Amino acid sequence: MTMKSLMLGLLMSVSAVATVQAADLQIVLGDTGTGLKFLQSQVDRYMAQYPEDKVTIVPMPSSTTDQFGQYKLWLAAGNADIDVYTTDVIWAPQLADHLTDLTEATKDIIGGYFPAIVESQTANGKLVALPSFTDAPALYYRKDLLEKYNKPVPKTWDELAATAKEIMDGERAAGNKDMWGFVWQGNAYEGLTCDALEWVKSSGGGQIVEPDGTISINNPKAAAALDRAKGWVGTISPEGVLSYGEEESRGVWQLGNSVFMRNWPYAYGLGNGADSAVKGKFDVTTLPVGAEGDSPAATLGGWNLAVSKYSPDQDAAIRLVKFLSSPDEQKRRAIEQTNLPTLMATYDDPDVAAAAPIIPLWKDVFLNAVPRPSGPTKLKYNEVSSLFWSAVHDTLSGKGSGADNLELLEAKLTELKGSGW
Amino acid sequence: MTVEATAGPAVRSTPRIQSELMKSRVAAAMWFLVPMLVALAIVAGWPLLRTIYFSFTNTSLNNLYGGDFVGFKNYLSWTTLKSGRTVFSGLLVDPAWWNAVGNTLRFAVISVTLETVIGMIVALVLNAEFKGRGIVRAAILIPWAIPTIVSAKMWSWMLNDQFGIINDLFLNLGIISQKVAWTASADTAMTAVLIVDIWKTTPFMALLILAGLQMVPKDVYEAARIDGVHPVKVFFRVTLPLVRPAVMVAVIFRLLDAMRIFDLIYVLTPNSSATKTMSVISRENLFDFDKFAYGSAQSTLLFLLIAVMTGLYIWLGKVRFDGGDR
Repeated sequence: MTMKSLMLGLLMSVSAVATVQAADLQIVLGDTGTGLKFLQSQVDRYMAQYPEDKVTIVPMPSSTTDQFGQYKLWLAAGNADIDVYTTDVIWAPQLADHLTDLTEATKDIIGGYFPAIVESQTANGKLVALPSFTDAPALYYRKDLLEKYNKPVPKTWDELAATAKEIMDGERAAGNKDMWGFVWQGNAYEGLTCDALEWVKSSGGGQIVEPDGTISINNPKAAAALDRAKGWVGTISPEGVLSYGEEESRGVWQLGNSVFMRNWPYAYGLGNGADSAVKGKFDVTTLPVGAEGDSPAATLGGWNLAVSKYSPDQDAAIRLVKFLSSPDEQKRRAIEQTNLPTLMATYDDPDVAAAAPIIPLWKDVFLNAVPRPSGPTKLKYNEVSSLFWSAVHDTLSGKGSGADNLELLEAKLTELKGSGW
Repeated sequence: MTVEATAGPAVRSTPRIQSELMKSRVAAAMWFLVPMLVALAIVAGWPLLRTIYFSFTNTSLNNLYGGDFVGFKNYLSWTTLKSGRTVFSGLLVDPAWWNAVGNTLRFAVISVTLETVIGMIVALVLNAEFKGRGIVRAAILIPWAIPTIVSAKMWSWMLNDQFGIINDLFLNLGIISQKVAWTASADTAMTAVLIVDIWKTTPFMALLILAGLQMVPKDVYEAARIDGVHPVKVFFRVTLPLVRPAVMVAVIFRLLDAMRIFDLIYVLTPNSSATKTMSVISRENLFDFDKFAYGSAQSTLLFLLIAVMTGLYIWLGKVRFDGGDR
């Protein structure tokens, strides 16, 4: 390093210190699809607007369960390094104690957000996170293959299985040995809770724990829904689906090796990317139902931005959170990432409808969204979810029938609930 | 070195000087040990004591300093119902915990046994004189030098059911007829973990045994060769007894490591009851669930189990750590 550049560096660091309210912000994000790249572009725009702040992205694993463990540990230790957390829709009650109340800072803009989503991020009267995008999964289907085999878009799970089997067998006979019928998320983690909740709810089997706190999971319809899913493993779905998360199933799908996929909206934009084998060959619809007359269900997901109570730069962190959830950024997110906006007005934006026609389409999916029981079960939600996904994973991998495992699950949940959630 | 040279003869000639010399040597040694003891107390002793303390409270992660003392409730508690039936709860009657204990023990015994046998074979090969021995010795250490999390991720891609190279190889060789979901299926998940662990830690075993092998005096073999003893007999009658102390110490290190296996299983397999070990389950309770105290109790029990196993092993195996044999 030359003397000159050294002097220049010194000067620059001095000037940086001299700027008023200079903040060094760290934001964490789970790495899924092209999410990191997009956030970096958002952060660059933010830093162009507020040159006094320096924002660094800290990448995290894509599994929400892994992220949660790490965040909880950091927050419990009062870690001041991370200023802004990207939080899953279900975390609000569990992390509320460690997050800054945003009510005051957002009172002028909060009216534009979906009230139900704002409600989900409010714990003990505190708004703990600002909704950045919402999520509801859909059924992805290969329209070219359905046309080729002259099949309608399936309405029920049994129809889906039959169609998947026929097309899969046909394609395999035609030489594509890696063809599968249906991929989804079967690893034992939060994602399986989402998938299984949809099977159960869309078959009239309730939503594990009802909003009033009653444990409803042990019923014949729920058991039948799990046994039905068990029948897919090894037939229309690869046996490896039991270790798949979102990205693994998208991998199979995007190589053109599956007729159907259950996944979140982010896979839509990626599936139509230049390097995708299924570009322009697929469409989305609401997830199937158990039988005619049942209503479809899509687990409500979504990500929010929260400010750590331990962040030394509260004002700057709140400014960043508001910037990332602003109408402009939500619009960009909708167009580039096919993430569903949390601002009501963005859905009616003509640019969004033109660039991402899927977003207005998704309104149907969103209307059928079912929340996970994170509200009624409060701090115990993670354990409820873990007990549920373990029971489902056991059923899927052949350790006991759906009825047996759900009976056991009910006993465990009752014990966990004790005198109340 | 010089101290030893002068102290050696002095020890034999005058016992009084020995005690004084020994005293000052012991005192000096103590001072040299102090930094390490302090560091150990801070990074190992204090967390251990605190974990044990937490296991007797109802602490939660949201409120680390507000827990109340609850005695043995996390380990075992019972309530008598009105009908007169007694219901037990707590760690000692938790089937999920005992399942994890079973998984861990199964993993530890199988992996350490196989690693010892394979490590011994590798060490014997490396002990022989051949060209390029130095390079081979260095190369064999590579799996052990790779951080576990990296090798676990690497193997998880190699074992992937759809894109994995293992399935591709086996399919092309005709060993399997269709793609196998190695890490997902409950039947093969543990085997997959064992394969990766053996691949990773056999070099460690081999290295320790090799060190033992090199201490075996060459003339013993020469004598055996002159007497015309069969090589297999030489191995069981000469080599094995002489390297036994080294092997015993190596096994104990591996056993301690295997009992607290976490990273490999966490990364490689789905979080299912087929592979969950004690460390995995206690981490889950500590951080994912709102059961910090219960997780602490599991950690404490894990510590006790390892301590008891190690004690038993040293006692039964008559292991001595100074390289000699009783």
